[in-house]
Amino acid sequence: MAKYDKKRIGELIDGTLEFYQLKEMMSSHKDPERFEIYREVLQDRVSWDDPILLPYGLHLYIVQKTNGDRIVKCDCGYEFCDFKENWKLHAQIFVRDTEEKMNEIYPKLMSPDPEWQVIREYYCPGCATQLEVEAVPPWYPIILDFEPDIDTFYNDWIKKPLPKV
Amino acid sequence: MAKTLEDVQQRKKAIGWDGKTLKQMRKEMDEISRETGHYAGLTTLSFKETDPIRFEKIYSKLRGGVVHARETAKKVAASPIVEQEGELCFSLYTPEADSIVTSTGIIIHVGTMGAAIKFMIENDYEDNPGIADKDIFCNNDNHVGNVHTCDVHTLVPIFWEGEVVGWAGGVTHVIDTGASAPGSMPMGPVQRYDDGYQVTCRKIGQNDTLSKDWLLESTRSVRAVKYWTLDEKTRIAGCHMIRELVLDVIKEEGVEAYKQFMREIIEDGRRGFVNQVKTMLIPGKYRQASFVDVPFKDLDLPSFAKLNTIIHTPSKITVHKDAKLEIDFEGANRWGWHPFNATPVSITSGIWVMLSQTLVPNDRINDGAYYASKFGIPYGSWFNPDDIRSAHSNTWHALVAAWSPLWRGLSRSYFGRGYLEEVNAGNAHTSNWLMGGGYDQYGQLSAMNSFETSSCGVGASAVQDGISHSAALWNPEGDMGDMEIWELLEPLIFLGRQILPGSGGSGKYRGGNGWQSLRLGWGAQEWTMFVAGAGVMATDCGLMGGYPASAGYRFQANKTDIKERVAKGLPIPLGGDVDPDNPTYEENMDAEIVYRDRQAVSTQETFGDYDVIMNYLRGGPGFGDPLERNPKQVENDLNEKYILLRYAEKVYGCVFTEENGVYTVDLKETEQKRKEIRKERLVRSVPTKEWMEGERAKILNEDAAIQVKHMYAQSFALSERFTDEFKEFWNIPEEWMIYEEDLGVPTLGSHINRFKQRNNIDIKR
Repeated sequence: MAKYDKKRIGELIDGTLEFYQLKEMMSSHKDPERFEIYREVLQDRVSWDDPILLPYGLHLYIVQKTNGDRIVKCDCGYEFCDFKENWKLHAQIFVRDTEEKMNEIYPKLMSPDPEWQVIREYYCPGCATQLEVEAVPPWYPIILDFEPDIDTFYNDWIKKPLPKV
Repeated sequence: MAKTLEDVQQRKKAIGWDGKTLKQMRKEMDEISRETGHYAGLTTLSFKETDPIRFEKIYSKLRGGVVHARETAKKVAASPIVEQEGELCFSLYTPEADSIVTSTGIIIHVGTMGAAIKFMIENDYEDNPGIADKDIFCNNDNHVGNVHTCDVHTLVPIFWEGEVVGWAGGVTHVIDTGASAPGSMPMGPVQRYDDGYQVTCRKIGQNDTLSKDWLLESTRSVRAVKYWTLDEKTRIAGCHMIRELVLDVIKEEGVEAYKQFMREIIEDGRRGFVNQVKTMLIPGKYRQASFVDVPFKDLDLPSFAKLNTIIHTPSKITVHKDAKLEIDFEGANRWGWHPFNATPVSITSGIWVMLSQTLVPNDRINDGAYYASKFGIPYGSWFNPDDIRSAHSNTWHALVAAWSPLWRGLSRSYFGRGYLEEVNAGNAHTSNWLMGGGYDQYGQLSAMNSFETSSCGVGASAVQDGISHSAALWNPEGDMGDMEIWELLEPLIFLGRQILPGSGGSGKYRGGNGWQSLRLGWGAQEWTMFVAGAGVMATDCGLMGGYPASAGYRFQANKTDIKERVAKGLPIPLGGDVDPDNPTYEENMDAEIVYRDRQAVSTQETFGDYDVIMNYLRGGPGFGDPLERNPKQVENDLNEKYILLRYAEKVYGCVFTEENGVYTVDLKETEQKRKEIRKERLVRSVPTKEWMEGERAKILNEDAAIQVKHMYAQSFALSERFTDEFKEFWNIPEEWMIYEEDLGVPTLGSHINRFKQRNNIDIKR
C-alpha cells in the first residue's frame, strides 16, 4: 500500500506533482494515513492556532475553538459561522444577472441566459477570495453544500482522537 | 377431460435451480438479501476464503472473456458509433438477473439489461413464450428500464443440464430506431409513440437462429438498415462468446463451484463498495443541484409540448455511519412532453458508470454495489414518469446534467480527506448531438448521429486542469473519431475542427476545453438535420470557486453562396467559431438563413449541398478561484488558444506583453492587477443576507421568467419537503404559492399534484 510523507502531500496540495506521480497516486490503493498528514501540513501552513478538524473547501476549514464551538474559518483568518450553518450566508455575494455581467466572464452566447440562470459568486469578506460559485435559476435557495459528521468520522471511521485546542 | 393451461404449465419442468422457477429464485434472492444485509445471505465467503487463487482465476477468466467478447464482436459492426466509438457493452448475469461481471464500454447497461431480464422473469416468460436453450431475446423498451430507444439489447439464456445458470447480455447504440426524426437520439419525439421502434423483451430467435418475421419487421422499421443488421450480429456474436465461456468454466470447475462463485463475487462486490466508501469518503450530507433547459416554446411540435421549462434535479448524498451510500433526488420536477425523460434504472445505472470512474475504479463492476446503496427517486419526476406515454429518445440531455453535481458532492469528501488527486469539478454536458437523415451520398436511406460528443472536456481537479476534448461521462473510452471516417459515413464534409477558447470553466485549475467542428452538406438527397444540446443554461456549477463550463449555442446557415465562393477562390468559413463576440463565419459567406442563437435544440429542417452546420462539443467545469491560477499557465493557455486575451486579463487578472503574436505574462503587473480585482470584488459585492432581502422581495412579487416559475411550480406540486425547505429558507408566508395551472402554459399530463389530489389519475405503466 502506498505511503507518502509530508513533503509529497505538500507538493500535492501545491499542484506541483508530475502527472506520472499523480497517476501513481490515483492507481494505488489509498494510503490510510493520508488524512492525518494532510491535516498536519495544512495546520502548519495557516497563521492561526485553532486546530483544524476538517478541511472544508479550498481555503476553508472547520476548526475547534477553545469554547467548544466548531466554526468555518478561512485561511486568511476570517471566521464565518458554526459549521452547521451555511457559511455562504456570512460571505459577500456578487450575482451575475445581466448579459453585460455574464459577458465579463464568457463570450457572447457562451454564458447562461440570465433570464433562465444567474451566476452567484461568494467571496470571503476577509481576503476577497472567490470561495464558491453557484449557477442556479433566480430564487434558488442558497445551497448548503456539505454537513460532515465529524464525530463519526474520527471516532468510528478513522478511529483517531479529535484534535484538541 | 380437456387439459387446462395450468395442467400443462405444472408439468413443465421449471428452469431454475432445484426445481424452482426463475421467479421463485428472484423473490428468494430479494428477501434473503434484504433480511440479512448480505447478497444471497452470505455472511462468509467460504469459496473465496478457502481457495482464493481458484476464485480469482474464475473471475479473471470471466472478466477477460467478457472484455474479449466486446473487443472481438465490435469488429463485426459497421456503424461508426459502435466500431469507432465503442458504444457497446456485454455483461454476464445470474439466473435472477444480477450482474456478475461486465465488459468495458457503455457500462450503464449493466443495470438496464438486468432490468430487461427481470421484466421477463416477472412477466412469467418461463411459461410463455418460454425460455429455452439457444433462444435469443431482444429489448429496447424505454419503460422496461432502458436508457433510450437506440440502446438495443440482445439477451441469451445460458443453460447447463436443463437449468438456467445465467444470462449473457449485449447492447449496442444503434444509429437509428425509426423514430419520428432520424438519428439515434432524435429531437421531435414528445411521446413514446414518436420514439421509434420499441421491442419489449421479445423472443426473436430459437436454436441460435433469428426468426424471419423478426428480420423482416425490424429491418423495415428503421432507417440505416445495414448498420442495424450488423449491430445485431455484433450483439449475438458477443453473447454467444460469453455463453461458450461460461460453459467452458463450468466444464472445468464444476457447476456447483460456478454457482457458489457467482453468489460470492457479488457479495464481494458489495463488501468492496462499503470498504471504498469508508476509505474515501466522510460521513455526512452533501447537497447539490443541476438544471438543464427545455426551450421548446418555438419549436415545431404539438401544442401541448410547446413551452419553455427547466429540468430541475436536486440531489442529496448521505454517507451513513455504516457506510451505506444514499442518494435522494427529492424535489426533482415532473416529466414532460420532451425526449429527455428517463427511468429510475437509467439514472441509477448511470451513477454506477460515474462511480466506477471515481469511487470504485476497479474492474469488479457488478450488482454488489447496488446492494450497498439506496436511491430516492420521486414518482412522477422526469426520471420516474407516472405515464407510459413519456418520450426518452434523448434522455442523456437531462441525465448528464443530473450526474455532474454528484462528482462535486463526492469531491468535497475527497478534498476533506486529502485525496486531492480524485477531486473532479464535474462532467461536461456531453453535447452537441448533431443528427440527421435522408438519402445519403450513396443514395441509401440512412441516418447519422455524430459521436464527436465522445470527446468533451473533463472537469478540473484540485491539482490539475481537466483534460481537454477527451472524454464523455457515459463512455470513458471515448474517442472523437477520425474526420476521414465520418466523411465516409456522413454526407458532410469537415471545414475544420478547432478548440473553443473559454469553453472550459475558468478556475485555479480550468475545466478541460471543448471544441467545434464545422460541417458542409455534400452529396445527400432529401436530407434533414437538427441539433440537440444544452443552450441557455450551464448545466453545472464550478467547484470551490471555479466557474461552470460555458453554455451552448447553435450556428447553422442554409442556402449559402459557398459554391460560388469556391469557384472564385474566395474565403469560406473554416474551423471553429472561436470568438462569438467577433464572429467570422458570416464575413466569409452569404446565406439566406443563418441561425446564430441559444436555441441549441432544434427539429428537422432540410439541409442541402453547401449548407453549413456547427458541432460544438462542451467543456468541463473549473476548480478554485481563477485569480489563483499560475500566471504562466494562463500565458500558455493564451498562446495555445485555450482562452481569449480579454478573459485572460479580466477573469484571471493577468497582464501581458505581445510580440509577433506571442504573449508573455508580466508577473509583477499581474500581481498588482489581481490585488485590484480583489478590492473590486469587495466593492461590487454585498453581504449575502442583505442580498437575500432583495431576492425574497422578487419571490413575493413573483418576479421571474415563466420557465423559472414553471420549474418551481412543478417541484412544489410533487414535493412537500422541497416546498417547505424553499419557504423556510426565504421566510415566505404560508399562503404564497406558484401553481402550474396559473402560468398559462400547457399542463397536459400533469397528474400527480399534491395541491389537487382529486385530479390524480392512476395510470398503469
